Amino acid sequence: MIVAKQKPLEEIIEELQDYTKILVAGCNECVTVCEAGGKKETAILASSLRMYFLNQGKDVKIDEVTLERQCDHEYLEEIRKVIGSYEAILSLACGVGVQFMAEKYFSVPVFPGVDTCFMGVTEERGVWSERCQGCGQCILARTAGICPVSRCAKRLLNGPCGGSTKGKCEIDKELDCAWQIIIDRLKELGKLEQYEQLSPIKDWSTERAGGPRKITREDIRQ
Amino acid sequence: MRLQYPPNVKIICLPCTGKVDLIHILRAFEKGADGVYVAGCLEGACQFGNGNIKARKRVEQAKNILEKVGIGGERVQMYNLSSSEAPRFVEIAKEMTEKITAMGPNPIKMAKKKMAA
Ligand code: SF4
Ligand code: SF4
Repeated sequence: MIVAKQKPLEEIIEELQDYTKILVAGCNECVTVCEAGGKKETAILASSLRMYFLNQGKDVKIDEVTLERQCDHEYLEEIRKVIGSYEAILSLACGVGVQFMAEKYFSVPVFPGVDTCFMGVTEERGVWSERCQGCGQCILARTAGICPVSRCAKRLLNGPCGGSTKGKCEIDKELDCAWQIIIDRLKELGKLEQYEQLSPIKDWSTERAGGPRKITREDIRQ
Repeated sequence: MRLQYPPNVKIICLPCTGKVDLIHILRAFEKGADGVYVAGCLEGACQFGNGNIKARKRVEQAKNILEKVGIGGERVQMYNLSSSEAPRFVEIAKEMTEKITAMGPNPIKMAKKKMAA
């Protein structure tokens, strides 16, 4: 999933200073799981904002809605009929949702309520960590299912650097060295000989280096 | 033991303080409560494992938000006591009442009245 964290309340308040009718829009998927912008967080934030503005003596209408997803037309369409009654939208979806909202409702100011951080996993409640950088050409088949692009600080593709110490990465003693995990797993799988095979030079043009990406599938396109 | 506690304290019964969500606390303030306190079992004595620890964290989150929105984080408190400690319950009710009385009414309530006038 996409992992995000809520922006500090002060920053959100600053974004919304000029508006008197605001819709706080949460998202039921990724940001719900990482507890940054789901229904609960939407209710908490809307309540906090209502109290803040009231206390400032400002009459600000703050409503809340949580959409199934903000990265799909069909769910974003659900607010089309009410959007005219708001001066601004605070979206608690990831950056994808915020932008799709802004593209769809072109004349309505849309603000982000979260900082979108990475694609990752829930290690345990309250702890999330990165697993994928969407490089566009998955190499996990060669690396025992562990991604050195997202998990090695230097994105090394042919074994660890000289800083790998007792299984930890040189940038942070708490951080596992991705290559240590890859080697441990290759051993476990009885495929250590794979470690000897050199990875070809990676084509980074499918990553962000090649500019914004797009997938078009004519076989299913309507 | 029929002990008296301040009549301004309204009790909301829950099966466990772990059921208290942050939004419940915030809504109470939004509706005009002057103070809220959560009375949980002693730490380590939760029947459901760690309900009172969760409650403490949520009270901390509420404090943080109330401070930021200008209502005052001190208006919400967590207490831990066992169900057999009636005198302690009364003591807490008095302590909290005195504290909130000294802080004055919830500014949200006042702002709402002003706006309605
Ligand atoms: S808008 Fe973002 S957070 Fe919501 S479902 Fe789509 S990708 Fe996930
Ligand atoms: S120590 Fe391991 S994870 Fe860290 S930069 Fe070197 S190879 Fe990558």
